Amino acid sequence: MQIPDVSSNWENEISSITIGATEEEGGTRSRTITIGGETTMPYLHFEGSMPNRPVSALEIWDVRPESWPEILKEPYGDVLGDPVEWAQKCEEDYEPDLLCLRLAGCDPYGEDRSPEQATKIVEKVLDATTLPLIIWGSGDEEKDNEVFTLVSPAAEGENCLLGTITEDNYRTLSALGKADDHKVIAESPVDINIAKQVNTLALDVGYDLEDIVIFPNSPALGYGIEYVYSIMERTRLAGLKGDRLMAQPMMANIGGEVWKTKEAKTPEDETPNWGDLSKRGPAWEATTAFTYLQSGADLVVMRHPKALEEVGRTVDRLMGDGEQ
Amino acid sequence: MILIGERINAGFSDVEQALEEKDPEEIRSLARRQTEAGADYLDINMGAVSKDPDDMVWLVETVQETVDTPLSIDSQRADIIEPALEACKSNPLINSTTAQDEKLGNLLPLAVEHDASIIGITSGKEGAPQDVNGRLEHAAKIFTKANEYGLDVDNLFIDPVAMPLKFMQEQASNLLKSISQISNISDPPPHISLGISNMSSDATEKSLINRTFLVMAMAVGLDAAICNVFDDKLIKSVATAEMIMNEGIYNDSFLETYRMS
Repeated sequence: MQIPDVSSNWENEISSITIGATEEEGGTRSRTITIGGETTMPYLHFEGSMPNRPVSALEIWDVRPESWPEILKEPYGDVLGDPVEWAQKCEEDYEPDLLCLRLAGCDPYGEDRSPEQATKIVEKVLDATTLPLIIWGSGDEEKDNEVFTLVSPAAEGENCLLGTITEDNYRTLSALGKADDHKVIAESPVDINIAKQVNTLALDVGYDLEDIVIFPNSPALGYGIEYVYSIMERTRLAGLKGDRLMAQPMMANIGGEVWKTKEAKTPEDETPNWGDLSKRGPAWEATTAFTYLQSGADLVVMRHPKALEEVGRTVDRLMGDGEQ
Repeated sequence: MILIGERINAGFSDVEQALEEKDPEEIRSLARRQTEAGADYLDINMGAVSKDPDDMVWLVETVQETVDTPLSIDSQRADIIEPALEACKSNPLINSTTAQDEKLGNLLPLAVEHDASIIGITSGKEGAPQDVNGRLEHAAKIFTKANEYGLDVDNLFIDPVAMPLKFMQEQASNLLKSISQISNISDPPPHISLGISNMSSDATEKSLINRTFLVMAMAVGLDAAICNVFDDKLIKSVATAEMIMNEGIYNDSFLETYRMS
C-alpha cells in the first residue's frame, strides 16, 4: 500500500531566539542557546527543519524551597539554602542547557525580599556560573516590576530571558528588556487569544516580536495538559501559516506544576498501588515534559535531575540523534 | 484577504498630473501610504493619460524606490505589460486579461514567464455577461487555459466583474452566486477578485455599499479586492469578517493586529 504524502509546505518560519551572551558578545556566558526557527510542526523532519534542538533548564530558587517535597529536595541536599552553590551544582553535576533562577523570595506574601537583595543574588549567580540564565519573578506583578527595575540593568549584556509579561503588566518589563537587551517570556493564562494579545501589546510598546518566548502556562499531566497541548499546537500552526504574532518559540514550566501534584509526591506507604515514589515523581515530570515537547515547546523548565536526563535522551531520539 | 490598493490610477487628477509632469513625490506618497494602510499589492493604472510603455516603467520604478509592496500592472496591452513586468522587483500581478483567446494567448505566457499572477475577468468579445452562467463559462475557460499554459492555480485570480448597484441592482446578487460557484471550480480554487469600488459607482453611501458588499462576498469565497485601502471602515470590516470566518486567532486588539500583519 502506498503511504500518501501528508507533508505541508508552510508559509512562515518560527522566529529564532538566542539567550545568553559570551564575552565576545558583551556577556560572561560560556555559550549561548538558540531556540525556535522551525519550518515544520514538531519533529516532522520529512516536512521541514527544526534547526535548533529543544532545550531544558534546571530551576533554582533564591530562597530555600520549603514547599518542595523531600523526594525533590533529596538530589540537591544542602545546597538548597544557597542559590549560588545550588546553581553551580546544577551546572556541574547535571549539565542543563540553561539555568532558571526563580526569585521566589521576593514574593510579598513570603519573605518579601527587596529588589536590592534579589539583584545581589542575580549578580552572584551570574558570577559563579557560565550557562545562559532565565530570571523569573515571584509572580506578584507590582513587586516584580520593582525587582526587575534593578535586576534587569544589573544583568545587562548577559542577554537573559526575563519572565513574565502579561496582558495586564507588560510595559515595565518590555521597556527594561528593550533597554538592557534581554528577551522576555510572554505569559497567558491557558488562553490562546490572550497569548496573541500579550504579543500585540508588547509589539505596540516597541518590543520586538523576535525577542519573545510564548508561555501559555503548562499544567501537569492529569491537570488539563491536553488543553494546553492543543493551545500550543494551534499557536504553532497559526505561526507556520503566517500569523507573525503567533510565530514565536514556546516554553513550558514543567517542574513548578508537576511537583504540586499528589501523583508526583505522595509517599508509597500512603498509596502502595502507585509504585516507587523515587521513580514515580521524576517519571511524572519527564512525561509532562515529553507531552509539551510534542506539542511544540522549545524550552522546558525542569526540577528533578533524573527527569532532566530523561528529557535530554528523549529529545535526542526525537531529533534523530540518539538511540531509536 | 488580498487587498490591492487602487489609488495609483491616472483617473485621479493628482496621479494624472504627477504622471504628466513626471513628478515622483505624489506617486511615492501614495505608494507609502497605501502600504501602511495594509495594501498587499499596489495597482498601477495609466488610464487614458498615456499609452507609452516607458511611462508605466517610470511609475513602477518610482513606486519601487519607496516600498517593496508587489505591484499590479493595470493594462491589457502586452506591449505595456511586458516591460513593466521586467522592471518589477517582486512577483507582480497582471491586471488583467479577458476570456478572449487572443488576450489569453498573449498574456498567460507572459505571466508564466515572469512568475507573475494574473487576473482573468469574466468578459468576452461581447462584453461582460450579467448572468451567473455567462460568468461561469468565462471563468471555466480562463481556468482551463491557465492550466494549459502551466500557470500555478495560486497565481490565477478570477474577477467576475462588479457592476454599479445604482444602475444594475439585480447584478449584485448574481455576482454573489457567481463567486460562490467559481470557488468550487477546483480544489484549491483560484483566487477570486473584484474591483469593489465599481459597486458604489455614482451612488450615495459609497463606503457603506462597498464594505457591506465586500463582507457578503467574502462569506461566499471572495479573497481579493481592488479597493480603496484608505477607507478605514472598509479595512476594519475586512478584519472583522476574517475573524468571523475563523481565518485567524482572535485577540482583543484584532483590528490593530490586522494592520500589523
